[in-house]
Amino acid sequence: MPALKELEEAFFQSKKDKEFQKELSHLQKTYIGRPTPLYFARRFTEYLGGAKIYLKREDLAHTGAHKINNALGQALLAKKMGKRRVIAETGAGQHGVATATGAALVGLECEIYMGTEDMKRQALNVFRMRLLGAKVTEVPVGSQTLKDAINEALRDWTTNVRTTHYILGTVFGPHPFPVMVRDFQSVIGKEAKKQILDTEGRLPDYLIACVGGGSNAIGLFHAFLKEGIKMIGVEAGGEGIETGRHAARFAGGSLGVFQGCKSYLLQDDDGNVLGTHSVSAGLDYASIGPEHPYLRDKGLIQYTYATDDEALAAFELLSRTEGITPALESAHALAEVVKRAPKLSQKEVIIVNLSGRGDKDVQHVARIKGIKL
Amino acid sequence: MISRIRETFKELKKKGKKAFIPYFMAGDPSLESTKDIVQMIEECGADIVELGVPFTDPLADGPTIQRASERALNAGVTLKKVIAFVKNLRQNTQIPVVLMTYYNPVFKYGEEHFVRDAKDAGVDGVIIPDLPPDEAGSLIRSSRKTSLDTVFLLAPTSTPERIKKVAKASRGFIYYVSVTGITGSRLLLDGSIETLVSEIRKYTDKPIAVGFGVSTPEEASAVSKVSDGVIVGSAIVKRLHESPDDLKRYIISLREAIQ
Repeated sequence: MPALKELEEAFFQSKKDKEFQKELSHLQKTYIGRPTPLYFARRFTEYLGGAKIYLKREDLAHTGAHKINNALGQALLAKKMGKRRVIAETGAGQHGVATATGAALVGLECEIYMGTEDMKRQALNVFRMRLLGAKVTEVPVGSQTLKDAINEALRDWTTNVRTTHYILGTVFGPHPFPVMVRDFQSVIGKEAKKQILDTEGRLPDYLIACVGGGSNAIGLFHAFLKEGIKMIGVEAGGEGIETGRHAARFAGGSLGVFQGCKSYLLQDDDGNVLGTHSVSAGLDYASIGPEHPYLRDKGLIQYTYATDDEALAAFELLSRTEGITPALESAHALAEVVKRAPKLSQKEVIIVNLSGRGDKDVQHVARIKGIKL
Repeated sequence: MISRIRETFKELKKKGKKAFIPYFMAGDPSLESTKDIVQMIEECGADIVELGVPFTDPLADGPTIQRASERALNAGVTLKKVIAFVKNLRQNTQIPVVLMTYYNPVFKYGEEHFVRDAKDAGVDGVIIPDLPPDEAGSLIRSSRKTSLDTVFLLAPTSTPERIKKVAKASRGFIYYVSVTGITGSRLLLDGSIETLVSEIRKYTDKPIAVGFGVSTPEEASAVSKVSDGVIVGSAIVKRLHESPDDLKRYIISLREAIQ
């Protein structure tokens, strides 16, 4: 608790600190490569034959996903707080790579926790993190995936709290993490709003993003919350809700308290956390950031899901029509676009958050298709 | 109504003695075996039993108790079954029982139902390591109605403000976590426990039991000298799993060390 208080104070202080904000925005521009483009996907739009589709190109941010927005912000904050070490959890490896990158940039010791299963699935990212000077520690307990890596990072943090900052990768966990991560990610929506006004001269009709913990979705949606725009979060439907092998917390979960926050949770009748499944490691998580149920209950965001097969189809479709291979996570958002755009008029505008690039998934997809590389 | 836990600490204090509080994971490896263990440790002179409730994501626990938790889950043990187990246990023993459970199973059970069923079954207190007193208002209110003791935790990093809050919310005893970290961490006997326990005593006269990291009789003895009770968990769970035949001798050595 004292650590959370300390973090909360440091974070709110940094928001008022002109020097800190100046350094952050300088690095966003010169290091991350912001603003990322808002790209009109002409051939994808024509193929679907409905609404105009714009892609917010977070895949073009340094390290290949939106994760760097938050990791860099928190790394700067950790340095400012006088911590000498940062730790993080990672599932697919994107947040681990982003944290290792942020730590290398500001000069902090870095340790990343990753489940044994995920280390096997994402061997390339494990090597990338090590290359960046991070120690990658295997988590061989529980389901050996993201939630267990978070448990282990939290255990490390309680043990080394005096010297260490925990860079949580999504809008989850105890306060102030959900607010802080949203704040660092909200740059996505702020840029998109300006960009769409510049190109279309008006706001979009739809915003669509995938939702694991929910940071890229909140990042895009936050600047538009008061605009009355239809916003859709897409969860991982895995092999289908009825099979039980999915990570759709709204469709298949109920209210619970997990890893320091109260939100929707996939759990059994006794309050134990259920295993999840998704083709995409970044969405393969039993709970969801607590602001999502809040915004859903207020009627501001709707949630749906896309299955593994639908995401894989969208992954290939965007590659073929646009020459852009999306991360499997982002492919879930695109799958919803595929379902929705053809039913809309050509005057309507959709912005979809292309939260990451798909290079990391190429081997995995080949394996699923039975292709030997 | 004074609880069995408070009664126990009161009696010990009169005699100038300290509480020995062994921890076990309920249902590791089966609930039948846990019943035998409770009987054995009571015979060996334990004052209070802390019973772990298995959970899929035991955040505050080190590898030893994580594995015990997995074994108990595999044996099908749930919070509901642990409560029924205590009810059954009450036919043979009146030793105070404190449950250590994570919050989500309690939340799912329903706080009021949990408090009522636990109390009816003969559970005396509850420790929920991932529920700080700040978030425990409704649980505390339900517990006070039935006099189920709520035990909260303090750590070496706790501020005076925190100590006051935890002391106020705790009933039965205050659990002082002797290390920053998880169960089964290494204990440092450098006088810091004594300093912090006396810091806590400035704000409260409730009993203070110390746990996390106590493993040898020597450590137990040192800790008992500066507190009102000693909790030993991981070291017992480890022996029970790896060399159950030595367990009784070890329990006796701890009991003799804590005086």
